[in-house]
Amino acid sequence: MLPVEAKIPTRMGDGFMVEMTRAELRADLEAGTAEAARKAKAPPLSQDELDHLLDIYASRAAFTAVDIGDQVVLSCDGGGSKLTGTDLLDLLESEQRLGQDILELWHIEYSYKAIKTILPFQQQVMQNVQMMCTAPVQYGAQPNLAFYSKPDGPAGNFFEMLPRGDIPGARAAMEEAMEHATKDFIYVGEGMLDAGADGMDFDTTGGAGDADFYSTLRAVKHLRERYPEAGIEVGMAGEFVIGVHGELEWEGRRLAGLWPKEQLELCQDAGVTIFGPAVNIRTGKSCAWNTAYSITAMKPCMDVARIPVHPNVGQGVCGVPVNGYPGEDASSRAAKAHVDLLRCDGL
Amino acid sequence: MDVTHALAAGMGGMRTAGDLVARMQMSRGMRLKEAKRYVAGKLGCSVRDLSDSCAMEQIRGERGLGRILDHSNLHPGEPNAMMAKFRIAELLGLRISSVERFRELAGM
Repeated sequence: MLPVEAKIPTRMGDGFMVEMTRAELRADLEAGTAEAARKAKAPPLSQDELDHLLDIYASRAAFTAVDIGDQVVLSCDGGGSKLTGTDLLDLLESEQRLGQDILELWHIEYSYKAIKTILPFQQQVMQNVQMMCTAPVQYGAQPNLAFYSKPDGPAGNFFEMLPRGDIPGARAAMEEAMEHATKDFIYVGEGMLDAGADGMDFDTTGGAGDADFYSTLRAVKHLRERYPEAGIEVGMAGEFVIGVHGELEWEGRRLAGLWPKEQLELCQDAGVTIFGPAVNIRTGKSCAWNTAYSITAMKPCMDVARIPVHPNVGQGVCGVPVNGYPGEDASSRAAKAHVDLLRCDGL
Repeated sequence: MDVTHALAAGMGGMRTAGDLVARMQMSRGMRLKEAKRYVAGKLGCSVRDLSDSCAMEQIRGERGLGRILDHSNLHPGEPNAMMAKFRIAELLGLRISSVERFRELAGM
């Protein structure tokens, strides 16, 4: 009878638990880093780094953590449940019970276009929150450039124009949407910073492609000049910027196709103080594969970072499964892996 | 998931010095090591103490920086919330927007 290699419980990118052998996990880690290295044109992880990841993912522990002293700052975009009473109570719970380092006030309609219409309400809440919270509180929402196109907004619907082959029309519509978007980002940003917010967060920047990224960079630059001490966090939507427009450039650099290192370079030059790269999960691959892929794609950031880098280890990104209740075994492994290998400044 | 990351990798916010280190990242764009060294220097403690809830509980209490409050940790005579932020701004040499607004709106 041949000896059988022991199976280890682990998770897939969709959150479901499977069993893999140590050899299978090792193969997935190597495949994940190789794929990211190929696509991002970045160095693959070294054997020592892969060995460390294998130790993390081949463990049977229900939970894991970074070493004592290696703890990092948590910037908790969209934190809290929105179901435990008022926003103030939610944030107090996050501060007092969950030990979050940076709190975020946000509205359930999490986009700048919507917040523009209720700004005084959010300003009042921020003023009240700042009276009662000790930890820094930033204000967050998403750029969501697509909301500025018909039927929700004034510009033409560029996502409908492109499949029809109307590329000049789509680009013109995007440029119109960008004007409206940047105005709103600045209006809300100034309003919330004047109300006492410690910073602003632009979450899932680039979600609608390069025009979405451009609109945000413009707003960041304006806010930085006006509020030199405010925190400005930009969390990205994915590992590369999709070229929906295709020809937009920021200070001479084309935005389409930028990977995390280049995204960071533009953000820190524009005045961002915390940069959050994101790598989307492949649900058909193991979490080990996804984490190796994520870290490989992000690692070049650390060579050029002048500002804190906080990888987005949220649901469906950076090795955390796409699941409403991601298993703590997978989430804690993703957190530890990113901190240990990237030596990042936060999550 | 909030709980998971807080336990797996987070500094611990007000349980420790996480909020103070976070302020240096947000306002000055300091990388983690620099931010931790800066805060440790201001507090007169080691960098490792910054993530130690036992050490920071005492330090925060002594300096009026605000502490976690629950039924077995009550500090009615100590600064908390806005009061603590005045102390934090002074300690870290930061201009905290809400502190300045409070001063202005309270007519101080």
